[in-house]
Amino acid sequence: MDATFKLVTGRTRSQADGLHKGKGTEAYRQATERVEMNQGDMGALGLNEGSTVHLRTDAGSVDVMVYQGELPSGLLFMPLGPAANRLIDVETDATGTPRYKDLPVIVERSVREGEAASDG
Amino acid sequence: MAKVVENAVCTFCGCLCDDITVEVEGNAVSQVRRTCANGRGVFMHYDPAPRQPTVRGEEVTWGEAVEEAATILSEAHSPLIYGLSSTASEAQRKCVALADYLGAVIDTTSSVCHGPTGLAMQAVGEPTCTLGEVRNRADLLVFWGCNPAAAHMRHFNRYSVTARGRLTPNGKRDRTTVVVDVRPTASTRIADQFLQVELGSDFEVLTTLLAFVQGKGDRLTAEEVGGVPMAELEALAEHMMSCRFGVAFMGMGLTHTPGQDLTVSELFKLVAALNDHTRFSVIPMRGHGNVAGADQVMSWQCGYPFAVNFARGYPVYGPGEFTAVDVLARQEADAALILASDPVAHFPRRAADELGKIPVVVLDPMPSLTTEIASVVFPTACYGVEAKGTAYRMDGVPIQLRAVLPTTRPTDEEILDQITEAVR
Amino acid sequence: MMLGILNGRVYDPIHEVDGEVQDVWMDDGKIVPPPATEEARRQARTIDATGLVVMAGGVDVHSHIAGAKVNAGRKFRPEDHRDHVRARTPLTRSGAGYTTPTTAMMGYLYAEMGYTTVMEAATAPLVARHTHEELEDIPILDTGAYITMGNNHFIMESIRRGEREKARDYVAWLLRATKGYAIKIVNPGGVENWKWRGNVKELDDEVIGFEVTPRQILETLAWVNDELGLPHVPHIHGLNLGQGGNARTTVETIRALDGRPCHFCHLQFLSYEGEPDTLPRSGAVQVAQAVNEHRNVTIDVGQVVFGSATTMTSDGPLQYHLHRLTGDKWLNDYVEAETGGGLVPMEYAPRNAANATQWATGLELFLLIDDPWRVFLTTDHPNAGPFFRYPYVIKLLMDRQARAEAFEEISPRVRKRSTLGQLEREYSLYEIAIITRAGTARALGLDNKGHLGVGADADVAVYVDLDDREEMFASPRYVIKDGEIVVQDGKVVREQQGRTLYVEPAYDRGIEKELRDYFRDYYTIQFDNYPVSPDYVPRGEVVACR
Repeated sequence: MDATFKLVTGRTRSQADGLHKGKGTEAYRQATERVEMNQGDMGALGLNEGSTVHLRTDAGSVDVMVYQGELPSGLLFMPLGPAANRLIDVETDATGTPRYKDLPVIVERSVREGEAASDG
Repeated sequence: MAKVVENAVCTFCGCLCDDITVEVEGNAVSQVRRTCANGRGVFMHYDPAPRQPTVRGEEVTWGEAVEEAATILSEAHSPLIYGLSSTASEAQRKCVALADYLGAVIDTTSSVCHGPTGLAMQAVGEPTCTLGEVRNRADLLVFWGCNPAAAHMRHFNRYSVTARGRLTPNGKRDRTTVVVDVRPTASTRIADQFLQVELGSDFEVLTTLLAFVQGKGDRLTAEEVGGVPMAELEALAEHMMSCRFGVAFMGMGLTHTPGQDLTVSELFKLVAALNDHTRFSVIPMRGHGNVAGADQVMSWQCGYPFAVNFARGYPVYGPGEFTAVDVLARQEADAALILASDPVAHFPRRAADELGKIPVVVLDPMPSLTTEIASVVFPTACYGVEAKGTAYRMDGVPIQLRAVLPTTRPTDEEILDQITEAVR
Repeated sequence: MMLGILNGRVYDPIHEVDGEVQDVWMDDGKIVPPPATEEARRQARTIDATGLVVMAGGVDVHSHIAGAKVNAGRKFRPEDHRDHVRARTPLTRSGAGYTTPTTAMMGYLYAEMGYTTVMEAATAPLVARHTHEELEDIPILDTGAYITMGNNHFIMESIRRGEREKARDYVAWLLRATKGYAIKIVNPGGVENWKWRGNVKELDDEVIGFEVTPRQILETLAWVNDELGLPHVPHIHGLNLGQGGNARTTVETIRALDGRPCHFCHLQFLSYEGEPDTLPRSGAVQVAQAVNEHRNVTIDVGQVVFGSATTMTSDGPLQYHLHRLTGDKWLNDYVEAETGGGLVPMEYAPRNAANATQWATGLELFLLIDDPWRVFLTTDHPNAGPFFRYPYVIKLLMDRQARAEAFEEISPRVRKRSTLGQLEREYSLYEIAIITRAGTARALGLDNKGHLGVGADADVAVYVDLDDREEMFASPRYVIKDGEIVVQDGKVVREQQGRTLYVEPAYDRGIEKELRDYFRDYYTIQFDNYPVSPDYVPRGEVVACR
């Protein structure tokens, strides 16, 4: 399984809530180490709610759990945070602002969860 | 013995709500009223217990920490000063003064947030208004690339969608709310019209609307733009031209996507062109509680809102060159002072990692991912909770913050004063 | 330590001193009588001012120096700052900006011209706190802020109801809440109408939603000013600024306020004959005549200086019009319940017929108005030009030859029909002292400024008497503020903080109950959070009302 998606990162209520509790806390990690995907796309890739996927861009990669989200096909959403930032490049097109949204990302089966995903 | 503080000001986001009631028992906040969940976190999750500053993880005295910080900064050849957005303007002013003295690069969190908005304003201008004009006059709201239901949670009630005012006594019924986004969100769900556009098509959609407003619609041959049928865009343009007082709000959907300042410029040009037909304004949804203040202080003290280098002895402006992510990516900083922000949590990984390789001085009321890697950490007072100070709302209105708890820690302003004196 | 400036030629028009050789002594920040004993004389510090010209420090009656509008100008014009920078020194901060200098640089540049008091021309009440933060960062100068009220909802509502006493109490409350110095009126009613796409053109046009007229707003605020005994008079930016033919409404407005002391600012911009939307012609003759006849009126000129400028006013419709005219970038800001405003960059060129007309009109006003105590030198900084060009304007006023040479450079078309060529009057040093310090201080009701009598603030400028008057006034030998030498040979040698001047008129506190409801209904800030606390004016000084 290998597919290219477009990634959007942004604020969520639970990410902010975790922020208040502290960025070292489990609450913050859970709020930020996740990605949302369109239901149909998940099905096409054989992914279940909570499956771990490996996301990869030119800047880096990260393993996160995938959940269904209300998204158009082809789009992924991740909350702002250190996990998403592994995927963001330092190139700013001379504006100073990195491209936090609309970046191409490859979704792969996570090596850790390979067997679990194919079971479901 | 409970104490009640009325009209306290929440500093979490650019809404800067100033109608908060805080109940204090002893030295801690026991209750807050009227905050959103984020505001609640600001007051209720604050741990006022005094903490000692640390140098390389070891607790030291305030004087020792100041000495170490001053040594790091004065020995650096190219120090980077970054952040500023969650502290009061009194501290921001001292921070810029220190940067001037050191010949440092100084940048604010605008550079990863509304920097492109500032660039757009510099290119094409910005017709804007204060939030009370929205409350009292606005009969058309257009939220573009932002999700206030998640990030500015009292905006709709206090200022925009449901707010009642002089010409809008019926609140939501007296206005139309349009939300433009690439995906459904909690904000799109309350909209009268959700305009779903394809990711990466904001510029094209905006320029199409601009063409209609400028009367050039007959030259448009495409059937759809950004996945939206042309007729729908034409109808939206008509609606915008015929309202009484329209206000657009914009956010990271425009600043974080390719095109950035050019896309924001297109929106600002659209808003300016609408003023040939009606009254239209735009308000950027500033994220942090006092990032608008950082813009103001930087502008009045050095002429530019962010991305400034003082190495020549005077301020030089360079977005893309003196912005923190770029400076770190090119490994051009040999020390850093981080004030009231958490770049290790918010920067692209490679830039965040660079901060771990140079000596870093941090001033922050709370532990963060940046304090974890810092050489010197000053656990300062939180403005608006433990100290009074000034913050600027997203629309530029400055409000004085109240101290609801007794001040037990030094403020950012005091520490910056001490560091500056030690450096001199 | 006592300081004496000895043997200089003193120009102190308030005491009718016209170039007499006198000593000026100061101690503890004030002008004092000469030392009583030989011992005291020996212990004092002295400056030998033989052959030098001694005046009080300059007092600027109208300049946009601090606050939301000014700062928006800085932020949106990085191109303005790039080539006009100031390097830091061991004593002073760095800075940047030509038409919109940064705060420290602004203080230094004013002081280096011999100015020691500058009044910020227009602050919207809701953001007064911002003005005070910036004023705190401007070194050396004493400052104050005028508070815009001409489109204020509470005031207009009170007028509509025939409750001018309520307007009076509100104005007093507002001045206290904003730590303001004076009532400022900008395009009364026009800015409110512009929030509905309209404007006002005549004194009796109606303000949408309030059923009041500009005439009523002006008359009421003039009455309020008098009732409260404010040290300055209503400071008025009138109707139709920039439009051909506006000299008519200017003269009508002067007549409408007959008998009430008032100040008309940057009157050059409101002194054109002709028709709207056509090339204006100078209307200085008729305006000057009206000013000469109405001795209750003071004005400042707002003299155009060729080169870069940044237009910034509370006159929203005007600024939009400039945007459409020039096609240049435009900032606009509506302020809830209070006012509006905007900014557009500007370039004044001598060969541009409209600009040349504006330039000539300003000089004509200077030369046709008889009484220097009622016509003051400003460039409405930065609308008509940067304040540090004042020395250039002084040269044009004092030196007929220099003026003629400048006149030769402007559009031939304008030259042909301008009366400026025939005006031969030259201002004397005494008159310059009036229009830049003595007269402005008096108009502001600042009894301790603009003169060198005993008890005055020890703000003194010492100039070298040069034939080139621009060079003379651009580079004072000494500038003293509160008895300390802050500038020497045209450069800042000492940084210190100045004061913020504000008023505290009395009012009936009963109005606060109504204001609480009003804030709840129409504002987005709490009534209790609105007033500017004393924290923002640590060196504030209250100037007494009569």
